[in-house]
Amino acid sequence: MDYTRILISIFIMAALTYIIRMVPMVFFKKKIKNIYIKSFLDYVPYAVLGAMTFPEILYSTSSMIAGGIALAVALLLAFFKKGLLTVSLSATAAAYITQKVIDYIIK
Amino acid sequence: MKLDKDFVNGLKAGIPIALGYLSVSFAFGITASNGGLPAWINGLISLTNLTSAGQVAGVQLILEKAPIISIAITTFIINIRYMLMSLSLVQKMGKDMTLKRRLLISYGITDEIFAVASQQKGIITHKFMYGLILLPVIGWVSGTLIGSFAGNILPMDLVAALSVAIYGMFIAIIVPPCKQSFACMFVVIISIAISCLLYYIPIFKSISNWSIIICAVIAAGIGALLFPKKADEDMEDNPE
Repeated sequence: MDYTRILISIFIMAALTYIIRMVPMVFFKKKIKNIYIKSFLDYVPYAVLGAMTFPEILYSTSSMIAGGIALAVALLLAFFKKGLLTVSLSATAAAYITQKVIDYIIK
Repeated sequence: MKLDKDFVNGLKAGIPIALGYLSVSFAFGITASNGGLPAWINGLISLTNLTSAGQVAGVQLILEKAPIISIAITTFIINIRYMLMSLSLVQKMGKDMTLKRRLLISYGITDEIFAVASQQKGIITHKFMYGLILLPVIGWVSGTLIGSFAGNILPMDLVAALSVAIYGMFIAIIVPPCKQSFACMFVVIISIAISCLLYYIPIFKSISNWSIIICAVIAAGIGALLFPKKADEDMEDNPE
């Protein structure tokens, strides 16, 4: 195994990734005043979250049914403003239990 | 010693991210060691890169003995979205952000950490960010090592269920502001619609690494044009 090449590759990946994250953080300290740009940046997190969650949540566990049940549980609890950890762990438990039930029925 | 309140709040907010990372990086560890990389290399990649898609693509290219320039360009393209996230986050940071703190926090800007940080009410402090970043980093690196050493220690159905933890957390973040603000719900729905189009329509497979940034730019762009916020209006700060 050519460790020199591998380590150089890892170093370049890490350096580039860090620079991308660091440049706006260090060099862009001014508050943005333009309402369109400001609104755009305010909406970005919600757009990012939506895009990351759907449709991936349905395929994240061992079956779409388990993913779907987890999604339903998360939506319901989030609608009633339960905390992040509660919603997250309940969805995980729902996916796990659903999968166990499915396995039991199939067997 | 008394722990700082912001730091503790950051730690708590980081737990679901850490759990999600554990299962994702576990899968990364298995894949990378199946490809022939030793565990310490995989752990090093996770510790220094702290990013999912970028690492997976990077490891593939390393194993294919791809030229370094190709590794560099791929990393840049997949991770360019962090620039937008840093830019968005820096708007919410207070006056306590010295250069050293900015340099440290920059290391930990991931999709998930950004998402949680950006939904904090008011100013984000450096201690909150340190707390928020710490557990996910531990989860990310240890998951990678566990996956590399022994992919079959944890029962697979538990690993599968744990991977939903992170999405559950996202939903807990998205839903409350969507209940309050039509504009927010509109942006989320547009973004989800584009994400699904990119996911399900085969011709878009080649740009799947661009999916998040495409969805973010289009959905947030349309939202900003249709629903620009007035000067000091901030939907997260609205009283409930």
